[in-house]
Amino acid sequence: MKVTRDVVRKIAELAQLQIRESEIERVIEKMNQVLELVEEMQAVDTNGIEPMAHPLDATQTLRADKITETNQRDQFQELAPETQDGLYLVPRVVE
Amino acid sequence: MPHKRTITGLKTALEAGEFSAEELTRHYLDRIADPSNQYNAYITVTEEAAIQGARRADQERAEGLPGLLNGIPIAHKDIFCTKGIKTSAGSMMLDNFIAPYNATVVEKLFEAGAVMLGKTNMDEFAMGSSNENSYYGNVANPWDPGRVPGGSSGGSAAAVSAGLCAAATGTDTGGSIRQPAAFCGLTGIKPTYGRISRWGMIAFASSLDQAGPLTRTAEDAALMLEVMAGYDNRDSTSIDANVPEYTRILGNSIKGLRIGLCREYFEEGLDSTSEQLILDAILVLENLGAIISDVSLPNSRHCIPAYYVIAPAECSANLSRYDGVRFGYRCESPADLDDLYKRSRSEALGEEVKQRILVGAFTLSAGYYEAYYRKAQQIRRLIKNDFQAVFENVDILLGPTTPGPAFKIGEKAGDPISMYLQDIYTIASNLAGLPAMSVPAGMNAGLPVGFQLIGNYLEEGRLLNTAHQFQQQTDWHQMFPPQGDA
Repeated sequence: MKVTRDVVRKIAELAQLQIRESEIERVIEKMNQVLELVEEMQAVDTNGIEPMAHPLDATQTLRADKITETNQRDQFQELAPETQDGLYLVPRVVE
Repeated sequence: MPHKRTITGLKTALEAGEFSAEELTRHYLDRIADPSNQYNAYITVTEEAAIQGARRADQERAEGLPGLLNGIPIAHKDIFCTKGIKTSAGSMMLDNFIAPYNATVVEKLFEAGAVMLGKTNMDEFAMGSSNENSYYGNVANPWDPGRVPGGSSGGSAAAVSAGLCAAATGTDTGGSIRQPAAFCGLTGIKPTYGRISRWGMIAFASSLDQAGPLTRTAEDAALMLEVMAGYDNRDSTSIDANVPEYTRILGNSIKGLRIGLCREYFEEGLDSTSEQLILDAILVLENLGAIISDVSLPNSRHCIPAYYVIAPAECSANLSRYDGVRFGYRCESPADLDDLYKRSRSEALGEEVKQRILVGAFTLSAGYYEAYYRKAQQIRRLIKNDFQAVFENVDILLGPTTPGPAFKIGEKAGDPISMYLQDIYTIASNLAGLPAMSVPAGMNAGLPVGFQLIGNYLEEGRLLNTAHQFQQQTDWHQMFPPQGDA
């Protein structure tokens, strides 16, 4: 499997990354190197093998439905680039 | 020279009143500031917090309540959140991030009386094997400043090695504790997946990431691990299992211990001098009564491919949170929301990180999930099954940690595949979730070499015991880099 310029452009869009025209050939080359490296996986017979999610096959734990955390919005929002009235600000989306 | 001592040695000296925790902390802070000790090992030195912590430790000792690590000066990899202190993960993205809370690991070490000296340099978001991917620049290997300290916990390894802290925390997703430990002449352990809480540890690949200590000796690693390990309900992958007092089992005899040598790890690619040193180490263990046999892990060669699917896939999901909205870097005057996301991420993430996000986003994209991520997770089970079969007949496995000693800065930069092959012996235990450690085995042309022990689930004690018994017979772990000898 090799990726083309169009595929890389689409993936970059999905990942919200910009790739400059001057960089794209290098990005394609490196991605293809990695994809070539992982290609040999396809030769492994994995028929009927359950994918492994946790080494000890642990499952999601449940807790009692009780409030354990207090609201720390102000503290967290101190880290934000821009807030107003407890909301995170971004450029206008809807005109 | 307190900075050459082990944690155990420092504990004895502190108990005996040879110096106070504050004096010891000031000694380390002076060393960190000393121009002859500049390896770029630290991103942030927390001088004030260190002095405060040391005073608190002295007071707790005076009150007769010293914790297990009372007054021991340590450093945290800059991937662990530290309340009120910059936590950058080696990235420009988090250069302005002051963590609002402490990671569980940080909290536990603090409660045990350890004194934090600062936050150590690392490959950006722990992606790298040389520490060359840090926004804060390369770290020099104290054994040869022209060489890399390994990665991604390179700053932690350099700091312990050069005597700029007594021990340090690290994280290991594919070898990021063990490889730098090997390159810098240290003991480093990555415990069983889930043994140490990942809460407050900035995520790279969540199903592989595990924290652990980098120390001078196995005994020190046992002390650190005892404090760091344990169930945490804030990490849903954390294991609810008893944590032994590791230091109590270090003295056990290893007579009759069955050690398997994985045949696949001694085939092509291993430096011949390193190989000889590992064979010498095996002889030492054999003389202690260990029974050596050859074993096979037939799926070994699929580790690198599986890892380089799983790690980028999980990285692309985890790093989607860096969007320039809630915390971290935001680009200047974004034109619209799309521009804000894209430029914030593109300007503040490094080349290797972006590359991995792209690979991960591709393998998870519509139509490719089955062929890549799911396939890799299936191979992962085959790898785990290989280990389980082998552990029917042997107690632990032994092999190299790395293909060779520390390489030169710049030598592998720009060649992802050659860099990725650094992890060839270490990633199997991350994929299988098994505990593994690196132990100094000797010197190869002035550079340290490590050997690796891999154990069955939750058998960190057995690894530490074996390494400790080995260190009673050898003095490789006592070597100190020449530059820092002053």
